[in-house]
Amino acid sequence: MSLQSEIGTFVSAVLAYFDTAVQQAAVVGTPYLALGKPPEVFDYTGMIRISGKRKGVVYFTAPKGMLSVMLMRMQETDMSDANLRDLVGEVANTLSGNARKDFGRNFIISTPSVVTGSSSTIGYSPDTRPIVVPIDWRAYHANLVVCLN
Amino acid sequence: MNAACTHRLMIVDDSNIMRRKIERSQELPNVEVVGTAGNGREALDLHAASRPTLVTMDLTMPEMDGIECVEQLVGRDPDIRILVISALADKATAIEALEKGASGFLCKPFTERQLNEALVKLIES
Repeated sequence: MSLQSEIGTFVSAVLAYFDTAVQQAAVVGTPYLALGKPPEVFDYTGMIRISGKRKGVVYFTAPKGMLSVMLMRMQETDMSDANLRDLVGEVANTLSGNARKDFGRNFIISTPSVVTGSSSTIGYSPDTRPIVVPIDWRAYHANLVVCLN
Repeated sequence: MNAACTHRLMIVDDSNIMRRKIERSQELPNVEVVGTAGNGREALDLHAASRPTLVTMDLTMPEMDGIECVEQLVGRDPDIRILVISALADKATAIEALEKGASGFLCKPFTERQLNEALVKLIES
């Protein structure tokens, strides 16, 4: 499976989440390589780590405002930090599920984890080049970052 | 318990928003939600207290995962019907859950309609 196909798996997972759970489509921007500086991290980040045939990290990072409106669309009234973490974790869970389905047993995929704070640092191997896939929804902007060797 | 409700539903998921979503989304008139649990161990305790006949079960949870919980619930009550609801959509996971005694499998994310259709199938199974 090519890297392009692998990225497609993760993009499909995020788009499916917006289509199905949030019931309003998101738009994918033009992917780019994050060269020179690490990709931007927003308020809440849900990530999975991958090992086996490929190694690295894949994460969805989004601002608090975007996640709050997503929760509203899902008829959720509690916009607490716990629920915002929960939501970004569910998106990461979907990334994990799609990866397991499409990549098979050659990839070992971690349980999703969540970090908060836009000053957070997401660790990744220096021999990888993070690919940033912009995700636009309503007036908000998030990133899907795929960083695999 | 409402006399018209013939099925008692327990919701098991470590995500609070998923538990609430399932609770809000289930629209079947003959189903009553009797409780929610955040992991397999809580689910076993709740099962003892509330005797559900239907269960929605997440797989990846702390303390006790969904596969082990399915196995234990079916061991306690062979007639219980369990719908696994998980983002882990690979065939091997679904087969493992069914082999342990689950009656159905629904992939996350899902719509309200998909959930209700899956619950109807579960009841009819």
